[in-house]
Amino acid sequence: MTHAAVAAPPVLRAERVVVRFGGLVAVNGVDFTIPQRGVVSMIGPNGAGKTTFFNALTGLYQLTSGRVFLGDKDITGLSPHRVAALGIGRTFQNIRLFGLMTGEENVKVAMHSHLRSGVTRTIFRTPRQRREERQAQEAARDLLDYMGIGHTADEYARNLSYGDQRRLEVARALALRPSVLLLDEPTAGMNPRESAQFTQVVHRIRAERGLSILLIEHDMSVVMRVSDRITVLDRGEKIAEGSPAEIRADERVIEAYLGGSREGRAS
Amino acid sequence: MTVHLSSPAPSRRGLPRHLFWPVGYAVAALLVFLLLFAKHRGYLSPAFSDFLQQWLSPSSIIEAVVWVICALGLNTVVGYAGLLDLGYVAFWAIGGYTAGWLMSEFFYQVNVHVLGSVPQARPGIHLSFWMVLAVGAALCALFGALIGAPTLRLRSDYLALVTLGFGEIIPQVFTNGENIGGFNLSNGTKGIVPVDPISVGGFRLGPFDLHWKYLIFVGLAVLIAWISLRLREGRLGRAWLAIREDEVAASAMGVPLMRVKLAAYAIGALAGGIGGVAFATHVNSVSPERFNFSISIILLAMVVLGGMGNVWGVILGALVLAWVNSTGLQQLGNALNDLTGRDINLPSYNYLIFGSVLVLMMLFRREGFLPESRTRLVLREHGREGISGEATLDYEAADDMATPGTGEDIRVVGEEPPDAGEDVREGRI
Repeated sequence: MTHAAVAAPPVLRAERVVVRFGGLVAVNGVDFTIPQRGVVSMIGPNGAGKTTFFNALTGLYQLTSGRVFLGDKDITGLSPHRVAALGIGRTFQNIRLFGLMTGEENVKVAMHSHLRSGVTRTIFRTPRQRREERQAQEAARDLLDYMGIGHTADEYARNLSYGDQRRLEVARALALRPSVLLLDEPTAGMNPRESAQFTQVVHRIRAERGLSILLIEHDMSVVMRVSDRITVLDRGEKIAEGSPAEIRADERVIEAYLGGSREGRAS
Repeated sequence: MTVHLSSPAPSRRGLPRHLFWPVGYAVAALLVFLLLFAKHRGYLSPAFSDFLQQWLSPSSIIEAVVWVICALGLNTVVGYAGLLDLGYVAFWAIGGYTAGWLMSEFFYQVNVHVLGSVPQARPGIHLSFWMVLAVGAALCALFGALIGAPTLRLRSDYLALVTLGFGEIIPQVFTNGENIGGFNLSNGTKGIVPVDPISVGGFRLGPFDLHWKYLIFVGLAVLIAWISLRLREGRLGRAWLAIREDEVAASAMGVPLMRVKLAAYAIGALAGGIGGVAFATHVNSVSPERFNFSISIILLAMVVLGGMGNVWGVILGALVLAWVNSTGLQQLGNALNDLTGRDINLPSYNYLIFGSVLVLMMLFRREGFLPESRTRLVLREHGREGISGEATLDYEAADDMATPGTGEDIRVVGEEPPDAGEDVREGRI
């Protein structure tokens, strides 16, 4: 199941990324790429540094050393809003929607970097501004429909069901028109049916929008189903990388997950 | 009174809901104008005129409009963008001194007249009120950006503390600005007196043309309200709200935090500048002791009591508090004394009453008189839970405690993610 074009340069490339918080090395020299239109998963035990790595890619954390490239552009050390505007959309592990804004408004916020109307045009509501707002509204509603949550357009995000909130976060990230979508544990808290639906959504986004997707996920059934490639982190280091089949058979991975010696699990 | 005012804007007058408040305010403003005009012309009976002078004096009405202008400015910063600013008085002061510098004989060394309202022979800089408004607004916006650039990197409490500092520093600079290396910036504690009157075209407003002055100030307030409402609906307003809701998420969605916050600060400051210029021409002077910390706090109270983020609520809050401060307490005290035959100086209990009202509001109506519909949602629920202490009383409130708006981990609500180790095993088999 390797959709990724082998020859195309990676969409995102991270080189020897190190993130250190005081004495704690959260991410230690991780090399990482996301191929064009690929779905790459990052797994690892809790505290392995997955989310930290994510935050480092999106500019939320400063790298201690290493470089990150989006296409051939060096985005190391750029602030989060620049990274977002350049084309990395993300969701959060603990859903971070704008609770007191409607679904439509949530999506429109993410269009900030695409919209041009400044203070004067907004105050005088020039035809250009009105047209832009109208287009933004249509685009936002389209995105909500695309994610199957058109009914959330006029609802405050905080009042939505859990599944709808997760979807709204993806819709919002898509509004950035990203080239890479980073999903941080998108199926956490979903039941198996919802997870299955979500995998379909991931496939559809990749197929229809030509996006590359990086997924942090605990649910192995999801990971094994959607990933072209899996990267395993443990204690900040990359311990394995490969196709789902390879990862499934990797001794180090199993050890990292179960901890200690293999005798421990005599099943 | 609050109960009556806070009932949701109804359509009982056949008005669309969203027009209720603007039309209501317009009618009220017009009535007040007619009243002032009639009073000025002497159409009113002496008894009624006296009554008005005591309970609703023209001067206090005009001052209240200035408060409205400034409160609307602060609302942009606090209500929209959610940045707690405890030093807003700084902008009011800068606006005031702009008027002092450009509309008086203070700089007597020069003689500059541009459409001024005083004879050419008078020394000093005498610009037209309208130009000074623009200059004051621009200067305050500039200072807003200058003060904001270093401070807006801070968050919540730290930001509040630093703005508090700036709110103290700037009036202090004016208080002690009599001799800055030989240069007299502000005339120290004596202040700048007098400030030129307003002129419209060739017509100069005399000291008794209060109804015209009122109309001009209402026009300025409308301008600020209009800017607030328009910006709120656009790209910038959405970004402000997003920052108020969740800064991290906003930046991850491409909202440049510093720029957007600076815009809120600058636009808020701009209103403060306009208010400051207007106030200086109203009281015909600028003196530093007027610009003290309590102004910032009262403005904040106007925004909070009125209903953070809601322009109509903030206007109401500003009008009510300004009236209470300038007239209401004094008159109520007098009436009370007449009634009971005592001699209580009610205005001296100003802060006691003010404090009690604030505490009561925080307990029973945290969202203000006229909340923005969205804030009502949270503050109402949390507020009730806060005082009752019974989380089970209101299921909705209990639920909301765990939604993302509060920054809590949503996953506690849903199913715990399955143990990762199990899954590897499962996947392998």
